[in-house]
Amino acid sequence: MIVSEPKPTEELVDSLSGVDRVFILACGGCPVGCKSGGEERIAELADALSKAGKEIMGRAQIDFLCNKALVGSQLWYYLPQLRRSQGVLVVSCGIGVQAVAKMVDLPVFPANDTFSSGGMQGLWPSEERCAGCGDCILDLTGGICPITMCSKGLLNGTCGGQHDGRCEVDPERDCGWYLIYQRLKELGKLDNLKKIPPLRDFRKREVPGSQRRTTRWALEKGEIYEASRPTGTE
Amino acid sequence: MSRLQKSLERGEFVVTGEIGPPKGINVEATLKEASYLRGRVVAVNVTDNQSSVMRLGSLGVCVRLLQEGYEPIFQVTCRDRNRLALQSDILSAYVLGIRNVLALTGDHPALGDHPGSKPVFDLDSVSLLMAIRSLMEGKDLAGEELDGKPSDLFPGATVTPGADPLEPQLIKMEKKIEAGAKFFQTQAVYDPKVFENFMNQASKFEVPVLAGIVLIKSPAMARYMNENVPGVFVPDSIVKPLSEVSRKDRPKKSIELMAGLIKELRPLCQGVHIMAMGWERYVPELLDACELQAPM
Ligand code: SF4
Ligand code: SF4
Repeated sequence: MIVSEPKPTEELVDSLSGVDRVFILACGGCPVGCKSGGEERIAELADALSKAGKEIMGRAQIDFLCNKALVGSQLWYYLPQLRRSQGVLVVSCGIGVQAVAKMVDLPVFPANDTFSSGGMQGLWPSEERCAGCGDCILDLTGGICPITMCSKGLLNGTCGGQHDGRCEVDPERDCGWYLIYQRLKELGKLDNLKKIPPLRDFRKREVPGSQRRTTRWALEKGEIYEASRPTGTE
Repeated sequence: MSRLQKSLERGEFVVTGEIGPPKGINVEATLKEASYLRGRVVAVNVTDNQSSVMRLGSLGVCVRLLQEGYEPIFQVTCRDRNRLALQSDILSAYVLGIRNVLALTGDHPALGDHPGSKPVFDLDSVSLLMAIRSLMEGKDLAGEELDGKPSDLFPGATVTPGADPLEPQLIKMEKKIEAGAKFFQTQAVYDPKVFENFMNQASKFEVPVLAGIVLIKSPAMARYMNENVPGVFVPDSIVKPLSEVSRKDRPKKSIELMAGLIKELRPLCQGVHIMAMGWERYVPELLDACELQAPM
């Protein structure tokens, strides 16, 4: 299971500034398991965004957002709503957000911070990668992950090594920041490149104790009922 | 205040040089190279494990230069140190007398002679500049108060005028300025038109730019740079004349070509940064050829 945790609502609302019409797209896989997704979370998000003055153009849950083909075929049903939206709030791990970014011509906004692939990589069917940095900034980068797509995991744009769109490390490899630049240009969001994101917090590479308690963990410990209880009810 | 800062603030046309530390502890040859620059440049950059090849440290060589009466520019990359080590090394540099710091992201270790080493990149050029500014203001990156602040550090950064596309370079340059960069030394430039186009867009930032010049020693070197150095293009107007002279006459020809280039760049920027790459001995001649006098 890929472990993710809800971003603080304030941070979410902040990231959506200037985006008034939002489509909420959630993954029905891992996030449901770690309570960063699921019907309840979708409802909470819709509520919080409405309170912040946003219009929810539609909402959907698709089984595995990391499966781009599935995402593409399912989103087809929501085209009218998507056309009227200015951005998609994606309730998933970092891979799901990146996959959605590849399928829709709208800015995407991660609703979660992804911590770890917890030993299992989801479907991981394509080129998107999430390193579980715990501080997802896909909203700033057009849905392309700078941590995994840039060889140095840089946060502030291309280094001096970018050459014809390729990375200095390997001429076969795209420069992640070049892709991000192109994507933001297409989205008319080049201003995002001027923002300086906060320094990474490497403590977040560690999975919080509460999130280590997966179903399998609970099975092994014989605490399946405990683990299935919503957090905060102990 | 460093001499570099003073000269730039006075609006002078500034020449800086660059030397690379040796692989080992014999600094004599390096100091010999520096000696050709004595009295001709305002300050000398010292590279930091350049091209990810392990060498004697930039800090050590900067201090040796200081002892010999040169003003160093301490190059600091983010490749090998996390934010604790970077801040701490900059404070060390300060107490050893260093004022100019050039903040770089650094090449990936995979390109060097320890390719399997851990790439750090805890900070990048922009956040390193922010760290330096924070130190200058008396606080570290965690917001903790310093006992004594290095307020007269002089932080600089780099930019690639020939980057394609140029737009993200300019955006990053602006970010570096916002983060505290007070001067720029550029990646090598050989085409005054490319540089002019860059300066047309960069001059609005009103931060001094020193055009980078890597002395081209041979047609093979030019071809190598064209193929391998991102954002650098050596045009035929340089490669051809150089390939038409005998090996022995190359230095003379190169000086003539580089002097011509510097003269063309001069009205566009506030200085040149000369990377002689072992040809330091020709630098005085080159500067004479472009009528650049020794700094005050
Ligand atoms: S920024 Fe990248 S590594 Fe970090 S959570 Fe998002 S997708 Fe994962
Ligand atoms: S070339 Fe691009 S992908 Fe490679 S390290 Fe530099 S910014 Fe990152």
